[in-house]
Amino acid sequence: MTPLLEARGLVRHFPVGSGRRRGVLHAVDGVDLVIGRGESVGLVGESGCGKSTLARLLGRLIEPTAGALRFCGADIGGVSLRRFVRSPERVRIQMVFQDPTESLNPHFRVFDAVADPARRLLGLRDAREIEARVRRALERVGLTGDLVARYPHQLSGGQKARVGIARAIVVEPELLILDEPTSALDVSVQAVILRLLADLRDRLGMSYLFVSHDLEVVRLLCERVVVMYLGKVIETGPTAALFAKPRHPYTRSLLAAVPDPTRRGPPPARLRGSPASPIDPDPNRCRFENRCPLAAPICATRAPELAAVGAEHLAACHFAEPAPVQRET
Amino acid sequence: MTPAPLLDVRGLGLEFRTRTGVVRALDDVSFSVAQGAIVGDVGESGSGKSVAAFAIMGLLDETARITSGALSLSGIDLLADKRRALLDLRGREMSMIFQSPRSALNPIRKIGRQIEDVLVRHGPVARADARARAIEALRRVRIPDPERRCDAFPFELSGGMCQRVMIAMALACGPMLLIADEPTTGLDVTTQAVVMDLIAEIVAETRMGAVLITHDLGLAGEYCDRIVVMHAGHVVETAPVAALLARPAHSYTRQLVAATPAAATSIGDLASIPGGLPDLRRGDLPFCRFEARCSLREQICAERPTPTQMVGEGHNVRCWRPA
Repeated sequence: MTPLLEARGLVRHFPVGSGRRRGVLHAVDGVDLVIGRGESVGLVGESGCGKSTLARLLGRLIEPTAGALRFCGADIGGVSLRRFVRSPERVRIQMVFQDPTESLNPHFRVFDAVADPARRLLGLRDAREIEARVRRALERVGLTGDLVARYPHQLSGGQKARVGIARAIVVEPELLILDEPTSALDVSVQAVILRLLADLRDRLGMSYLFVSHDLEVVRLLCERVVVMYLGKVIETGPTAALFAKPRHPYTRSLLAAVPDPTRRGPPPARLRGSPASPIDPDPNRCRFENRCPLAAPICATRAPELAAVGAEHLAACHFAEPAPVQRET
Repeated sequence: MTPAPLLDVRGLGLEFRTRTGVVRALDDVSFSVAQGAIVGDVGESGSGKSVAAFAIMGLLDETARITSGALSLSGIDLLADKRRALLDLRGREMSMIFQSPRSALNPIRKIGRQIEDVLVRHGPVARADARARAIEALRRVRIPDPERRCDAFPFELSGGMCQRVMIAMALACGPMLLIADEPTTGLDVTTQAVVMDLIAEIVAETRMGAVLITHDLGLAGEYCDRIVVMHAGHVVETAPVAALLARPAHSYTRQLVAATPAAATSIGDLASIPGGLPDLRRGDLPFCRFEARCSLREQICAERPTPTQMVGEGHNVRCWRPA
């Protein structure tokens, strides 16, 4: 069965600087990613690792520099952004953005914010049909009554997050890309939104790409995790396996950094320093080398490729042990 | 016998006068911080955590009025009307780390200069020696190459670096009390861990007291000795961290613990706390401000003022029916 979304060798470069300081920022550098039907994939990494850029590429909001992108087998990577807006695939991939305050038009009431994509993307003209659709989407996220006529500034953070979700699901997409949907919210509100997302997925059968730097949230919501570091996928695997036995040293330090209320005594080893520059990185050097506790001479001369380390579990590190002989396909 | 606490907040009440009415932001808030201890102040947005911190620091704006209670720092009355004395105390004996380091730092002044300003104003430091002391302060928070970074502007540094500059500035004069208001919000987990380790280390080393304001119970659980749980301007529970996480006695704390992803094994375990905070402008605020959201509410909750009861060693709960 063809996967829902398939990216091969996806690249996005940004030219930076000018004159002698001109360079190329490798935001996303050769990423392969597959999202199955009904699957929830978590995309994690530090700020600046390219996860938001990757999410925007997959959502077809920005053009890739290179690489292929297929949706249900159809090539959507080669379609220009201007044409893509009118293609049938536009409706099937929707996005929920990071900051619910900044991503809502302050002049639109809740109803109009949700009705807008229904009008534009589905081409609905009949007022009653639009109203029915908008009400249904708003009910699904639990927004009813007089809230529907309010402006964003009259809503709480959690309510705005719900509007962002309602706006995305009103066109009934198959893939929902969520870029840190709860990072601006309180823990108690976050819990409500996460349960809502899990519930919507089960009822509507959507696939999720869930971008987050909160590993605990990803652990609860996603079946598979993709870890990015400086534009590259450095580890990917089933959530349970990756959390139980992370194979890449970066993933290990990422997991060790999650606060543990039961931890007493000295803290675990922390990641020192900051990431290397994403501008014109050396293609023959592992990008994590300058911070890696396992760094060896080979890491500076040969960049590791993603290799199987377990069932559907890949890691890009010279020191991640290889998978046992028999391998599942 | 326990030694006198470093910071003592007793029965603090505070109101804001606004165009739409008086907001009763804090009511009967009591907690204390001992030397060398980190106390976590946990609660949802709007629960009064930051207002309590601003009251302690004397940073309230003009619409705020303290209606009752006492505030003292190692025996010094912080509410006594001696503006001048308080100005000297703030910055030297107590200092604060703010939520978003990038907006709390002056964007058009070099970071070294900003630390020098604090040293010259509050420490017995001449401008001529200030630069060396500022570099020392930056080195202490492990900013690599402090001699060069001293001349950087805030926009040239990452969020984690800016937060370290804030910490360096707060600690420059060796305060007795540090208040950190959500110091790691907006930082990556890896940076958060480094920043929090640093704060914990400095507290252990200098024996100063610290208040960590956060809404992340997981974070408070790892780094704090005691936790104060606030809800709608009330302290609803205070306890040593282990007791609070193992045996939360207030139903709000229980739900807060259950809403923390770290504690859950599946999405179904995540509890969501129903309802929201009551409107603090209401004239008829109930005795228990959690009443409307509480599943264990009884007749007595509405009829009589909520008592604060002791349920264990240093474990106090503001509830009629603690678990």
